[in-house]
Amino acid sequence: MSTTTSTSTAPANAALTATLLAGRRIRARRRTALTTGLVAAVVIVFVVSLMVGNTFYGLDKIARVILGETVPGASFTVGELRLPRASLGLLTGLCFGIAGVTFQTMLRNPLASPDIIGISSGASAAAVIGLVVFSLSETAVSFLALGAALVTAGAIYLLANRRGFAGTRLILIGIGVAAMLDSTVSYVLSRAASWDLQMAMQWLTGSLNGATWASVTPVLIACVVLIPMLLLHDRQLAVLRLGDDSASALGVHVQRTRIVLIVGAVALLAFATAASGPVAFVAFMAGPIAARIVGPGASLVLPAGLIGALLVMVADLVGQFAFENRYPVGVITGVLGAPYLVYLLIRSNRSGGSI
Amino acid sequence: MTHAHQLTADAVTLAYGDRTVVTGLDLAIAPGKITVIVGANGCGKSTLLRALARLLAPKEGQVTLDGLSLQQQPSKKIARTLGLLPQRPIAPEGIAVADLVGRGRHPHQRMLARWSARDYEAVADALAATGIADLADRSVDELSGGQQQRVWIAMALAQETDILLLDEPTTFLDVAHQIEVLDLLTDLNRDRGTTIVMVLHDLNLAARYADELVAMHDGRVHAIGDPDAVITEELVRDVFGLESRVIEDPLTGKPLVLPSGRHHVRAGVPTGTNG
Repeated sequence: MSTTTSTSTAPANAALTATLLAGRRIRARRRTALTTGLVAAVVIVFVVSLMVGNTFYGLDKIARVILGETVPGASFTVGELRLPRASLGLLTGLCFGIAGVTFQTMLRNPLASPDIIGISSGASAAAVIGLVVFSLSETAVSFLALGAALVTAGAIYLLANRRGFAGTRLILIGIGVAAMLDSTVSYVLSRAASWDLQMAMQWLTGSLNGATWASVTPVLIACVVLIPMLLLHDRQLAVLRLGDDSASALGVHVQRTRIVLIVGAVALLAFATAASGPVAFVAFMAGPIAARIVGPGASLVLPAGLIGALLVMVADLVGQFAFENRYPVGVITGVLGAPYLVYLLIRSNRSGGSI
Repeated sequence: MTHAHQLTADAVTLAYGDRTVVTGLDLAIAPGKITVIVGANGCGKSTLLRALARLLAPKEGQVTLDGLSLQQQPSKKIARTLGLLPQRPIAPEGIAVADLVGRGRHPHQRMLARWSARDYEAVADALAATGIADLADRSVDELSGGQQQRVWIAMALAQETDILLLDEPTTFLDVAHQIEVLDLLTDLNRDRGTTIVMVLHDLNLAARYADELVAMHDGRVHAIGDPDAVITEELVRDVFGLESRVIEDPLTGKPLVLPSGRHHVRAGVPTGTNG
C-alpha cells in the first residue's frame, strides 16, 4: 500500500471529487423522493381517516368542512370527531417517532427508546394522577407529564451514570423504572372513582378515543416549537453516533448537545403521552423502520416522525374498523411491536451487545 | 504549513474524580514533528493525550493552543486546528466509507449549510492519501481492521487540522498493518507538515517513528528528546521495571530494545543489568 499513499495528484482527486459529489447528489435525491413519498402516504391516510366511519363522506364534503362551511351531519362528525382524532393521531405519531429515534440514535441502541426505558411510563403515570386524583385541565396535565418525564429521564440517567456511563445499564434500569411506573398507573386507575375500561386502555396502551381540539392544541404547539429545534441539531446528532470522544474532537459540544436533544425529545414524548396515552411501541418501532427505508448513514429524524404518524393513524383505522369489536390504537401497535422487541432482544443477545 | 500551531501543557494536574493520574506536568509539543508518548500501563499517557485533545479538563494548570486555554475557546474553532483519533471510535452500523470520512468536515460546516466544493475536495484528498479511494462506497463494517483504521485516519485528515492526536493507533492491528499505519502517518507529517502526537505501546516502533520521544512514569515526564538519547537500558528499567539490552537497529540505526525476561536468555550473554 505504501505506493498509493500521499500522491496528491490533482487530476485523480478531481475525478474522485466529482464521483463523490455525484454519489451524494444521487443519495440526496433518493432521500428527498422517499421523504416526499412518506409525506404523501401520511396525507392519504389522514384524508381516508376523515372519510370512513359509520357514515362515509366524500372528498367534496370533507373539503367543505375543512374550509369552514356548514354541512349537515358532516360538520359535526368530521369537524368535531374525525378531524381532531386524525390530527391527534398524526401529531402524536410524529412526536413518538421523532422522540424515539432521537434517543435510539443518541444512545446508539434501538432498545434505548423512551417507551422501553420508562420515560413514557413517567409521563403516563403523571398524566393519570393529574386527571384521576386532581382533575386537572388538559394543559395542566401536559405540563405535569412533561415534568414527570424529565424527572424520570434525569433519574434514569443519574442511576445509569454512576462509575461511568454504560448504555446496557441504562436500558436495564429503564426497564425496571418502567415496570414500577406502569404499576403506579394500574394502581391509580384501580382506585379511581370514575374507573372505566376506556380510560384504563388509554393510560395503559394508548388510545385516540378521547381526542378533542382541547387535547390536540398542546401537542400541536409542542410540535411547532420542538421539531424544528431537533432538526437543527441533526448534524450534531449524526456526529454523536461516532462516540463522545470523536464527536468532541469534531467540535461538537457533547454535553450541551445531549441536554438539548434529551429535553427536546422528552418534551415531545410527554406532550403526546398526555394527550393520547403511551401508544405502545410507536417510539420504539418508527426509527428502525425508517432506517430500513432510507438506508444507513442518512438522517432519520424526519422519516421516523412520518413513519410514527403513519403507524398511529393506520393502527387506529385498523383498531376501529378491521374487527367486530373496536380496539384502541395501542392494542394494535402493541401486537405489532412486541414481536419486534423479542426479535431485537434475541439479535442483540447473539451479537453480544449494543447494535 | 505556513503557521505552526503551538500546543502546550502548563503544569497540568489531571484527575478522574479523586484519583489523580498526572501531577504538575509541563510539555510543549514540537510543531511539525512526530511526538510519541510511551510509558507503562497506568502511567497517565492516554490521560495526557485526552487533556491535550480537551476531552478532559485539567484540575490544575492548563492546556493552551497558541497561547489560549483550550477550555476558553469555542469547540468548533479548536476542531479546525486539533484533530483526534480516539482508541475506540464507533462506526454507525452500515455507514459507507465516504460518508464516515465526510463526518470529518463537521467543524468546517455551518449549521444548515450544504456541502461546499472544499468539503468534497477534502474528502477526496483524504481518501486518496490513505489509499482507500476504491473503498469509498463500501460499508465500514465489512472492512478489515487495517482498512478500518485507514478510514478513521482519513476522517481525521478530512478535518484538515495542523495537529493530529492519536491514542494507540496500532492497537488491534497485526504487525504489517501497524507498519502501514505508521508509514502513512509519517507521509502525512512529511508531505503536509502535520504535527503528530501519538501514544504507542511498542517501544521499538516508538523509537523508529518518533522525532521526539516522551517517556512517562507515574504521571510525570521522565525523559524527553530524540529517541537515540532517550532510550537507554536505564530508562527501560526505570520506566517499565524491565531489564533489557538496547542495541542499534541494523535497519534504521535507531535504538532497539531487547527485553531480557527470566527465561530463554542464553548463559553468558550480557543483559542490561551486568553488561
